[in-house]
Amino acid sequence: MTAPSQAVSHLQPVLRLLSLPKRMRLGVGPMIAAVVLLIIVLASLFAPLYIPHDPLAIDALNRLKGPSDAFPLGTDAFGRDLFSRVVMGGRVSLFIGVGAAIVSVGLGLVIGLVSGFFRSADAVIMRIMDSLMAIPSILLAIALVALNGPSLWSVICAITIPEIPRVVRLVRSVVLTSREEPYVEAAIALGSSMPKILWQHLMPNTLAPLTVQGTYICASAILVEAILSFLGAGVSTEIPTWGNIMAEGRLYFQIKPMLIFWPGLMLSLCILSINLLGDTARDLLDPRLKKREA
Amino acid sequence: MIGYIFRRVLAVIPVITIVAVFVFLLLRLTPGDPAAIIAGDAATPAQLEKIRTSLGLNDPLPVQFATWVGHLFQGDLGISLISNTSVSSMIADRIWPTINIAIMTIILSVVLAVPMGVLAAWRHRTWADYAVMSFSVLGFSVPVFVIGYIFIQVFSIELRWLPVQGYTAPSQDFGKFLSKAILPCLTLATIYVALIARMTRASMLEVLGEDFVRTARAKGVSETVVLFRHALQNAAVPILTIIGTGFALLISGVVVTESVFNIPGIGRLTVDAILARDYPVIQAMILLTSALYVFINLLIDVSYSLIDPRIRY
Repeated sequence: MTAPSQAVSHLQPVLRLLSLPKRMRLGVGPMIAAVVLLIIVLASLFAPLYIPHDPLAIDALNRLKGPSDAFPLGTDAFGRDLFSRVVMGGRVSLFIGVGAAIVSVGLGLVIGLVSGFFRSADAVIMRIMDSLMAIPSILLAIALVALNGPSLWSVICAITIPEIPRVVRLVRSVVLTSREEPYVEAAIALGSSMPKILWQHLMPNTLAPLTVQGTYICASAILVEAILSFLGAGVSTEIPTWGNIMAEGRLYFQIKPMLIFWPGLMLSLCILSINLLGDTARDLLDPRLKKREA
Repeated sequence: MIGYIFRRVLAVIPVITIVAVFVFLLLRLTPGDPAAIIAGDAATPAQLEKIRTSLGLNDPLPVQFATWVGHLFQGDLGISLISNTSVSSMIADRIWPTINIAIMTIILSVVLAVPMGVLAAWRHRTWADYAVMSFSVLGFSVPVFVIGYIFIQVFSIELRWLPVQGYTAPSQDFGKFLSKAILPCLTLATIYVALIARMTRASMLEVLGEDFVRTARAKGVSETVVLFRHALQNAAVPILTIIGTGFALLISGVVVTESVFNIPGIGRLTVDAILARDYPVIQAMILLTSALYVFINLLIDVSYSLIDPRIRY
């Protein structure tokens, strides 16, 4: 007697999840974006299982060839398979994007919490953040990579540092508005420790805007990586990324524009999807917007 | 008002100072010997010593900083390690192409983006709105250099309407300048237009819901006047702010665009300097662009009260 109802209750969360887009009245756009992004992520994650060639294997006889059975998208100037390089490049580009987003959100969150809560630290921290924001991020990033060498981590660091001030500002503004709330006062009155107040009472307020910000940082990190590679300050070409495939293709642009077109298309689709999902998340999480629609 | 401007100008000083300290420390705090980083692997001890003395790397850090700042105040940005000429003259030689392209881009972007944003807000949730928003999301998603190459491929290679690359000074031949500057400006404008149009739309949407807009419409003011005088003027502050903060995007864009289109401006100068590790040039360029960014945002901050009489200080 109880078994069927239990089964239904087990299914409940799944059903709820499936009907989520409908209940939230999402359009077709975000759905397509989610599917495209999912395909790109899965294709990149499982790339080693299905790529036809080693992305680094040089084939001197097949340089700059057009698409064929052996090379689905043709080859680059070293005879390397463009298809294998593009899907493997997606792995590294996505890794850089997600890595930069996590590191900058994490560091920005801690600095922002401290800055928003402690008035004495605030002035100093915010001046430093203002200054960091004044430095053009691309210049700062290429300078950092040029000085620290073109490794994957130095590229992630170079992308992260200019993003931190934006996260700090966001977290700080949330903390400033919520620190005056009665529950924070109550927590202080009850003698909660400072880290506990920051982490348990104030931090949860920042999660929604940070999720949105994180998606934007992820998208912009993938873009910045491409620009860094393009300017010659990116990850070395032994690790293919969408950026450095395009940077190499640039020399042969007039002969074979596809060397820029395919990675460029993948990168743009990926960033487009991430941005669209970020916009959707922002609209859903912004209470002001909801009120206006009602 | 004057008190506000004074305070706002004073607030710039710590920001610029910290930028200067940061730029100064960027090289000194890098792990390893800065001279070796600049000179590369194949340097002889004599070369290293030359770099150390020319940068003053043998002095203690505070002394180095004081000397550097002292020289800055005299307008001396240092001597390039590669070309051995003064950095200020190098910048002076290369700055005009960048300024010309940047000004053209800003004008083009504002002229395109503001009407686009107004249209999107006015026709909210129609195809016009969706078209503007799609363009805006697309503009953020395609790397600047890919846009540049697409333009070159379409307009220069396929259609042969415009030259592929290069730069001619407007004083030399204005027609040639225009034909060569159009594509770089369009390329550079894409992301800026996307940014400004999106902000204009959001800000206008907010304002169009206000009572005074309804009143203006009710008393029979023509729609154009409602949109561009009543609404846009009240929506102007966030739009101006984004034009100011978007200036950072423009600087990044200039660096890339000048490389794509082979324009001998300061963007290229900076990239070449960074790749050659010509440190005095890097320092000067980062400092200069940051100061410019701060200055422009200062101007915009101060101009708020001129545009929006509700803002008083």
